[in-house]
Amino acid sequence: MYQEEILEHYRHPHHHGKLEHATKIQAEHNPLCGDKLTFYLEIKNNVVVDVSFEGEGCAISQAAASMLTDEIIGKPITEIQQLQKEHVLNMLGIELGPTRLKCALLSLQGITRALNS
Amino acid sequence: MIDSHSIRKNIPALANGVAYLDSASTTLKPQTVIDAMNAYYQEFPANVHRGVYHMSERATAAYEHAREQVQHFVNARFPEEIIFTSGTTESLNMAARMCAQSMRKGDSVLLTYFEHHSNIVPWQLIAQEKGVELLYLPVTENGEIDVEAFDRIIKPNTKILAVTHISNASGIVSPLSQLVAKARAHGMRVIVDGAQSAPHMPIDVQALDVDFFACSAHKMLGPTGVGLLYIRKELHDSIEPVVGGGSMIREVSLHSSTWADAPAKFEAGTPNIAGVIGFGAAVSYLHSFGMDAVNAYITQLSKKLYTTLESLPYIHILGSSSHEHQHGIASFIMDGVHPHDVATILDQEHLAVRAGHHCAQPLMKLWGVPATTRASLYIYNTTEDIERLKYALEKVYSIFHRN
Repeated sequence: MYQEEILEHYRHPHHHGKLEHATKIQAEHNPLCGDKLTFYLEIKNNVVVDVSFEGEGCAISQAAASMLTDEIIGKPITEIQQLQKEHVLNMLGIELGPTRLKCALLSLQGITRALNS
Repeated sequence: MIDSHSIRKNIPALANGVAYLDSASTTLKPQTVIDAMNAYYQEFPANVHRGVYHMSERATAAYEHAREQVQHFVNARFPEEIIFTSGTTESLNMAARMCAQSMRKGDSVLLTYFEHHSNIVPWQLIAQEKGVELLYLPVTENGEIDVEAFDRIIKPNTKILAVTHISNASGIVSPLSQLVAKARAHGMRVIVDGAQSAPHMPIDVQALDVDFFACSAHKMLGPTGVGLLYIRKELHDSIEPVVGGGSMIREVSLHSSTWADAPAKFEAGTPNIAGVIGFGAAVSYLHSFGMDAVNAYITQLSKKLYTTLESLPYIHILGSSSHEHQHGIASFIMDGVHPHDVATILDQEHLAVRAGHHCAQPLMKLWGVPATTRASLYIYNTTEDIERLKYALEKVYSIFHRN
């Protein structure tokens, strides 16, 4: 499960930090492990032009956030809103039990919630 | 004497080779306990306290026999002081509700930073309803409950001390006799959460001088869904039941009812009969070793656990700095690795540990961590399990810190 690609994203997450010009901010909490992530999105003309996230978490949730933020930059909101959990799992390339699944999907949940708010 | 190797042969779930280090969450079940419950379902699965036919009489006898087994296990004076519940959570909720009956706005209850959510949230619900105040005993620099702060924290109208016997998140043993003596000196009622202590050490509710004592069967080799609420007999008449229904009444009319005597008064509805029988079988199994032997074995194995973890420079045990009053549980963090990742890699090595906040978020906040990894011991664990833990933790560290 802890392949080099996931560990690399964990050690050096992409788009980590606050976004100055965010138009949407969404905090997401995983009550199982106590992890808290905050997502910052800058949206122009219904396109996500920039995104970042803040907060500590496990390797799975950090890698998923890092990969997902990579993925959605430059995409229209409607396209991102259609992303399913299978997409995130394919992106991570690992199989997860029901408890760890929540770690993997925390980012998708946060970003979707931000876009729907 | 605990012979963990012969105990292991009686635990079917260990046959798959797992190093099970999550007994503070729930213990594995011996075949003896499983057989006792199966016998009920296969041979006499009738309701208790009702039928006059043979099967029901047999079920009633088995159910009441379990009550006596649990009575002796905690050294209660009377069997009717033993109330069967669904577990510690329900027991603590019931005890809180029962104590709240005589509390008024402005009264307060004294808790500690070490409480499980099940000894915090019920009081918050009561606080919302009745305007009761919650007070918390702080933690010393050494990481233990600050007994000296007792007189400073309480108020003239503090009515209840509700305290854990052993912290489920850290394994720290509370200075219970000192706390109870202080509570008694102020005329307070005492509720003890024994979920972690009852499985590990001899419990004597009379010597402890408590009014309520709660524990769960499933943390001491018994089934889930059944627990104990000990209620001191002197309180039985002044407490109103908190759950109404079948079995607990003497007479019911359209607008009022009278209550049966305890224990029935506090056990409404058809109970978890198989679970209670399994609870009885579990305490009887533990009794065959003697709880002094259980305590000595876990104390000795705990020392091995703490010294082994401390031999790894990147592991930090949370809680008490001396481990002198720490028992059966080690909550720790690994440098640079999230507790969930530690637990997942340990699982791949066939070790079961818990990762999370252990239903003790105020304590996690105090420690300044979102979560920990927790290893906990029981009588079927061996030094080999701890060696396997060490080996697996070294592997976790190397995965996250290679190159």
